[in-house]
Amino acid sequence: MTEKSVALKTQVVTKPFVVLAVLAVVALILILYRFIAGLGAVTNLSDGYPWGIWITYDVLVGTALGCGGYAVAILVYAFNRWEYHPVVRSAVLTSVFGYTLAGLAIFLDIGRYWNGYKLFLPWTVNFNSVLVEVALCIAAYVLVLWIELLPTILEAYPDNARAVVLRRRLGKLLPIIAAVGILLPTMHQSSLGTLMIIAGYKLSPLWQTQLLPFFFLLSAILMGFGVTVLESILSSVAFKRPFETPILSRLAVVMAWMVVLYLVVRLADLLFRGAPIFTSGSQSVSFLVENLLFLMPVLLLINPGWQRDLRWLFVAASSLILAGALYRFNAFLIGYNPGAGWSYFPATQELLITIGIVAFELMAYLYFVKRYPVLPDVEHA
Amino acid sequence: MGISRRDFLKVSAAGGLMAASSLSPVPVAAREPIPRLPEAKGILYDATLCIGCKACMAACKEYNHLPADKSSPESLWDDPRDLSSKTVNIVKLYRNGTGQVKDREVDGFSYVRRFCMHCVDPSCVSACPASALTKDPNTGVVKYNKDNCIGCRYCQIACPYNIPKFQWDSAFPQIVKCQLCDHRLAEGNYSACCEFCPNGASIFGDVQELKKEAIRRLCLPAGKVADFPLHRVNSQETRQRLPAHYYPKIFGEKDGGGTQVLMLAGLPFEKLGLPQLGDESTASHSETLYHTIYKGMIVPYVILGGLFYLVYKNTSDQDLP
Repeated sequence: MTEKSVALKTQVVTKPFVVLAVLAVVALILILYRFIAGLGAVTNLSDGYPWGIWITYDVLVGTALGCGGYAVAILVYAFNRWEYHPVVRSAVLTSVFGYTLAGLAIFLDIGRYWNGYKLFLPWTVNFNSVLVEVALCIAAYVLVLWIELLPTILEAYPDNARAVVLRRRLGKLLPIIAAVGILLPTMHQSSLGTLMIIAGYKLSPLWQTQLLPFFFLLSAILMGFGVTVLESILSSVAFKRPFETPILSRLAVVMAWMVVLYLVVRLADLLFRGAPIFTSGSQSVSFLVENLLFLMPVLLLINPGWQRDLRWLFVAASSLILAGALYRFNAFLIGYNPGAGWSYFPATQELLITIGIVAFELMAYLYFVKRYPVLPDVEHA
Repeated sequence: MGISRRDFLKVSAAGGLMAASSLSPVPVAAREPIPRLPEAKGILYDATLCIGCKACMAACKEYNHLPADKSSPESLWDDPRDLSSKTVNIVKLYRNGTGQVKDREVDGFSYVRRFCMHCVDPSCVSACPASALTKDPNTGVVKYNKDNCIGCRYCQIACPYNIPKFQWDSAFPQIVKCQLCDHRLAEGNYSACCEFCPNGASIFGDVQELKKEAIRRLCLPAGKVADFPLHRVNSQETRQRLPAHYYPKIFGEKDGGGTQVLMLAGLPFEKLGLPQLGDESTASHSETLYHTIYKGMIVPYVILGGLFYLVYKNTSDQDLP
């Protein structure tokens, strides 16, 4: 089996690119202001809601969206399904930016960033803290992702002898890089769920369970598949390339079965604990929407005809991504209640910073697919 | 090129091990509950003796060098509405109906002091990634070290009493919380709030003795004058008074794994804004689950080994560019 990836070689600075750049600059100015005036100046965070949209969206949802590389790597390298290999590169690229910028968001969010290195000192690090596992693991994975991306970058310089040698050496290291690249997200995506165990009663019983790590891990893999499907369809449309329908519909079936597993365990856990599914007011509504969004892809993909219909694949993948995102918002913000008198809704500046970070992520993606061989070469495939 | 049955079993076994360790309803190795330190220091707060004078609040600010928190429009007085990075100790009021009778749930009122409970098994200490929050091995005081703090605020998520506060308006923020006047303990002195409490509502001492004193008060016969120590649990200075009607519970004896600040009151503690907690700290739930999954890093290494084998085998079958 031979396959080739190509750079699109089209113009980088387009109108959408400029719009994204403006959003990124606005965010950059607000970020500078945050470092001068403190977190209270640009966020609505409080002692009741110390974690807001930067943690929930940028870190939790951002890294889960960045699980495309992880999810596809499991299929290709662990389950030996090489038919999915053509989408590995673009999935890894999305992961690189998703995770790198989540790391940046953490840096914005922590109040005493200059002490950040204390996490890496053996005599100050606290191995009882779930946050340590999350932080070290994400930091390590960002590094691994960039190494996974290196062959793509090096391939753009076929005339450079050093690049060619380095690429060959990296190729030999592939098994260990790929294995670590699968292990690390397994660890930190589950631990992101474990983070909330210590919040105890503050998190509604609709989400507070010892199974939090299991649900976070499984939903992250699901979101990773969702993103891979969505990204493939969107880049085919945007760059006027043929669709990868056969791969995507097979992927969708794998996805649907995993959602079934997720929902069965989720429901069993709720019933076992006797959680107040319908009697928690607005939290119940959010809970029901979350799980209906999970159910939707199953209902759509149960029909073999629709599995091969790109429109329904698109809807199913989007629904799954929204479901996983809402699950994260529910488990960290909507289901979280520190007591009477506290409320949280992100401030405009807080939102603009998140939007700017996403804009920057998209700019980097556009630049990379146009300058480096990321997307599968359709003529040769 | 389908997936071989053997490979599927191998991957499933590795994944299953990980899942099983997080799924098992009975933890493999539950962390032992943390016992009380023999020389732990604490405070007994008796809401039935509190007259709401706020002398403890003034003393706390003075001896901990905390700024005034002016909440009223006139901005004249230090009148905080709640705990914040400027106020680590506050006296609050419960009031119901006509609010006439002290220490009564219906048509009554009660004061309640809120400050760090100095948990026996503190969730904030378990949560803190950089050991900025620690529990003193002798006194059991939960202390904060700004030089280690990264400002992640996980302690705020973890604390069941919402005690750690963050300086939101500072470019170089710190976490602020009651440290039981640790600097005064080091000088052989004791917590300022207890020294300046005029009525014996807050008394300082060894937690073992505070607990005995609390049990003694709960057992006092009604309608008979009794002695109540002032400032310290073993103080010679006492005041004679008629005991109030107590709600039959010492808050902090077992709540959330126990606390070194114990409370007595005339009405249920949830009415006074205290959470209803189980007998275990959430730190023990978190650490049990976390250390079950990561015990000796065995599970991660087994998975890594399995993955490496699979990837190596699968990639060597492929003709990769």
